[in-house]
Amino acid sequence: MIIGVDGARDRPGVVVAGAAMGGLRAAEQLRAAGWTGPVTVVGDERHMPYNRPPLSKEVLAGEVSHAAVAFRTRASVADVTWRLGTAVAAADLTERRVTLADGSTLPYAGLVVATGIRPRRLNCPGPRGGRHVVRTLDDAQALRGELRAGRRLVVIGAGFIGCEVAATARGLGMEVTIVAPESEPMLRPLGERLGAALRRRHEARGVTFRLGRTIDRFLGGADGAGNGHGDDDRATGVVLDDASTVPADVVVEAVGSVPNTEWLAGNGLDLSDGVVCDALLRVEGRPDVVAVGDIARFPNPRYDAVARRVEHWSVPTDSAKRAARTLAAQLTGGAVDETPFAPLPTFWSDQYAERLQSFGAPGLGAADIRLLEGELDADCVVGYHHADGRLVGIVALGGGAAVAAARYRGALAAHA
Amino acid sequence: MRIIVDMDRCQDHGQCVFAAPEVFQINPAGRLEYTAEPDDELREAVEEAADVCPLQAITIED
Repeated sequence: MIIGVDGARDRPGVVVAGAAMGGLRAAEQLRAAGWTGPVTVVGDERHMPYNRPPLSKEVLAGEVSHAAVAFRTRASVADVTWRLGTAVAAADLTERRVTLADGSTLPYAGLVVATGIRPRRLNCPGPRGGRHVVRTLDDAQALRGELRAGRRLVVIGAGFIGCEVAATARGLGMEVTIVAPESEPMLRPLGERLGAALRRRHEARGVTFRLGRTIDRFLGGADGAGNGHGDDDRATGVVLDDASTVPADVVVEAVGSVPNTEWLAGNGLDLSDGVVCDALLRVEGRPDVVAVGDIARFPNPRYDAVARRVEHWSVPTDSAKRAARTLAAQLTGGAVDETPFAPLPTFWSDQYAERLQSFGAPGLGAADIRLLEGELDADCVVGYHHADGRLVGIVALGGGAAVAAARYRGALAAHA
Repeated sequence: MRIIVDMDRCQDHGQCVFAAPEVFQINPAGRLEYTAEPDDELREAVEEAADVCPLQAITIED
């Protein structure tokens, strides 16, 4: 599907690879940064860019259409060409050309890498049917049809997506079990104590946890266990590494993500975990290529010099703004602003009526975690400190979490 | 420039307040209040506020 005039036929402009939030924001911010040449956005999904947080909540709980989650687009991108339903398949960064899955090629003057991530899948023996992931609108709509009161849901993984799906499914009256290898849910961002507090909130609402456990295989199909669905390729449960079993009518795999970098192979880049960028979001050694969103592995001088990918909702918008300025200056011969990209990370999660709100980088403050306000099993604010004693992140949990967290944001934003 | 916030969508995240404090405030009851027709020189901040709203509840009309 091609929407708009394919400007790339006339003269090479900017190709944005990836048509999700990062791709949209990159197009808008290129215009805001003064780039008036052609922009073509290419994406594998058939939908115009949409907001993903509702996918694990409202979209699973009821009938939610694309229109209800679609991003508004600025008037400035009315002349952008959208090539949807077509993935980028390859790129030659020396010849400045990308090849699409349909075999067509697009020359470019500048390239934005915004192909994001996809869910990691479990490679365990057993049936493949009845196993879902939640990344795209199509994923969520397919899962929604399976979520019904009284059915048994096994969620594999206890991160953001796993915990949110579990909460939504409990709200729908399902029996829910979360299986994960960690000792507590959301362990990496929250730490042991707040993770335990979050677990107790789920348990109080009837979720069962099987923590410290991994999946050996899926039950059903050829192993002869009748599944009652008349479908031999459908999982009917999981076998854990302690040989115990958990029966399931539906399985959700929420076990992390894989960056979509395959199309960049052959260009000499380090693609071991996303795309390595410099402090201005330029892809290593390529002044005419920038990266935005989940795929961008960038240093944040607020904390240290280590380049990391950050899968927070705020990152596509923040990084697109910076990357577009870098690229527009490069393409128009303007002065490149050398101020390093140094976003203040923020994330939130909604589970039941509870809000979890974070500012800063709690994951980098595991050396010293302190309760700053309230009680862990009620409304609370937890502070995360670097080994040098500096507060680097906070997480607020409970009904007033947004307001409570906001009180700390200034202090966390102050030291860059 | 006219701002419309869909208050049925708004969940009081407060991200707009950080982006455009001249336009958006959280009142003592914890609810959002905003100036519906701010000065045009605040446009960039208001666009930023609309971008960072987790619920995408803010629209801008010219």
